[in-house]
Amino acid sequence: MTTRTVQFRIYRYDPDRDERPYMQDLSVEVDSHDRKLLDALVKLKAKDESIAFRRSCREGVCGSDALNVNGKNALACLLNIDDLKQPIVLKPLPGLPVIRDLIVDMTQFFKQYHSIKPYLINNDPPPERERLQSPEEREELNGLYECILCACCSTSCASFWWNPDKFVGPAGLLAAYRFLADTRDQAANERLDNLEDPYRLFRCHTIMNCVDVCPKGLNPTRAIGKIKDMMVRRAV
Amino acid sequence: MANRIFVGAHYGLKDWIIQRVTAVYMALYTLAAWGVLLTQRPLGHETWQKIFACGLTRYATFIFALCLFYHAWIGVRDIWMDYVKPTGLRLALHALTVLVLAGYAGWVAAILWRL
Repeated sequence: MTTRTVQFRIYRYDPDRDERPYMQDLSVEVDSHDRKLLDALVKLKAKDESIAFRRSCREGVCGSDALNVNGKNALACLLNIDDLKQPIVLKPLPGLPVIRDLIVDMTQFFKQYHSIKPYLINNDPPPERERLQSPEEREELNGLYECILCACCSTSCASFWWNPDKFVGPAGLLAAYRFLADTRDQAANERLDNLEDPYRLFRCHTIMNCVDVCPKGLNPTRAIGKIKDMMVRRAV
Repeated sequence: MANRIFVGAHYGLKDWIIQRVTAVYMALYTLAAWGVLLTQRPLGHETWQKIFACGLTRYATFIFALCLFYHAWIGVRDIWMDYVKPTGLRLALHALTVLVLAGYAGWVAAILWRL
């Protein structure tokens, strides 16, 4: 079996031991079965247990292993090692507090996500089987419901960096539009009221970093534009 | 109180629409201005005065200036909102920006109707 060496430059920070973060050069031998960046990281972890990173499903579904890889946010499990320039520079997602090494505190991110009430609001008595939608109505939700909340988008957004406590961020706004676009939801007006704010929604300046990094190929900028369209339709 | 975050001012849409409308007007004015400047010969002080003797030119130019200042107000306000965290300082900068831009608007009017 052929093996090859993967070179890393990794952000290290253990608040219990280190005064400040530093970059550490490391390398690991991988074999031909190890195709993804996460495979190499798992090998590296076996070699040096002190390296901390999150991972779970290892196939782009759970969104745990979002990292800043060579300057761009991505999921380690979806990136081919061979496509990456070495040494592979790994840093935690930008803009969130670092807990340790590549692990960030996602509290602020999820706080914003929860602030948009990411659940269907319908006060009618539930029907016996399900709330039906036409195929066209269901089609509206494509490109919205697939978000895995990995935070790649929000942590690459400059507006979220400056105002993470006030700006909902692309992930939260994509989820907000997912429920605004849902014909079964009855709280569109309240949702629009909740978002009509110079910080919560209008901090988005359409720089589209979110679209550039989304590992699921989603387009939060388009969703944000559609929220603004709804507000215009409501107001004008 | 100190650590609590307040959001939900319920404005923003009007400014967002105005920013776009003013941008469209400024783009159209710029195209028209280029059209006029490229077709008028000879290009000198006399021609310039003739162009601005027309009431419509003054009106369109004044609207252009107002669009520019309103557009600038929203843009600069956004910068203060992004980067200046202490509320008192931000409010002071907002007020200063409005006052400076209002002064500019008066200045433009004075220039246009003095020509």
